[in-house]
Amino acid sequence: MSKVTISDVINKFNFEVVSGEEGISKPVLKSDLSRPGLVMAGFDEYYPAKRIQILGKTELTFFAGLNYEDRQNRMSRLCQLDTPGIIVTRGLDVPEELIIASEYASVPVMKTPAKSSRIESKLTNYLEYKLAPTTAVHGVLIDIYGVGVLITGQSGVGKSETALELVKRGHRLVADDCVEIHQEEDDKLVGHAPELIAHLLEIRGLGIINVMTLFGAGAVRTYKQISLIINLENWDPNKVYDRLGLDEQYVKIIDTEIPKMVVPVRPGRNLAIIVEVAAMNFRLKKLGVNAAEQFANKLTDVIEDAEREL
Amino acid sequence: MEKKVTVNLKSGLQARAASSFVQSANRFQSDVYIQKNNIKVNAKSIMGLMSLGLARGSEIIIFAEGHDEAVAIEELARLVSEE
Repeated sequence: MSKVTISDVINKFNFEVVSGEEGISKPVLKSDLSRPGLVMAGFDEYYPAKRIQILGKTELTFFAGLNYEDRQNRMSRLCQLDTPGIIVTRGLDVPEELIIASEYASVPVMKTPAKSSRIESKLTNYLEYKLAPTTAVHGVLIDIYGVGVLITGQSGVGKSETALELVKRGHRLVADDCVEIHQEEDDKLVGHAPELIAHLLEIRGLGIINVMTLFGAGAVRTYKQISLIINLENWDPNKVYDRLGLDEQYVKIIDTEIPKMVVPVRPGRNLAIIVEVAAMNFRLKKLGVNAAEQFANKLTDVIEDAEREL
Repeated sequence: MEKKVTVNLKSGLQARAASSFVQSANRFQSDVYIQKNNIKVNAKSIMGLMSLGLARGSEIIIFAEGHDEAVAIEELARLVSEE
């Protein structure tokens, strides 16, 4: 998991730091935000102190109507040691009591001219992306007719060569050899290339080639959701390979299950076409047409008819 | 099996050094991985290895699994840790 600190948030959104600057290196651990209206009203059971707090017009107008003692009290409740930061929106003036309480607990107070709801949605998106669980896998990620296909397999089995042919056939390369994966939300894995090797492909005998300069900007993508995994492996005569395509296998990456196919490699088999058709067939299934299933049903019907006739 | 090593190559693991490292790794039957920070890559693939951008002083962990794992780790650790 990558770490996000308040100073990352400040730099990203150009917040103005008003007080509590000492706490600027505090980590943000939760992507949820909180609008502590009820804390302002004096109810602080279940107060989610570990979230970034957002004070907008409603909260601060209500707060301004309280007496001095309550104001002091509630702001010190708001500024806990583990509170990552407090954002005051709409360019409103930061109350004196908040400045004092935040300095005491070193909770950074930031100011922005934007509206609360705007900041909330932008900040949630940013934090969810940054705090999403990540991993890296060995494989090639390629966008085939809009389906993100992760080609995996042992080193030297022909992943990059397959990718090269797919690129030549008009598909788009996302990453070769090392794919960084983010789980952006439940059931959604997005892969991209490490910055250093983006758009590059390594072909044994040729060395490193740049797919973008060689094939044009249309041949690459910076990121793509992964929908299908195709594992290439050397043909093992003792292993049973899927002949029907009726059963689906899955692989778990982070917390998401992704459909997986095993394609055996043998000299003379055109892998690029097989992978391309696998992606098309996957799309067709998503659109509701399952050739294998349709065939199996038809066969069942014929057998049942034959039984009746006997 | 795993081993923690520090990269001591004078100018880090440059392209040529990475290439010879990968070639050595490919001589072993074992699966070999290199981890830096939280990113783990296959040591038999040059692109993965180069994506780590290993500088002199980087701390890495070499993982190997297979019947020649001990020799593999020994040899690969020696490659990066010599000056």
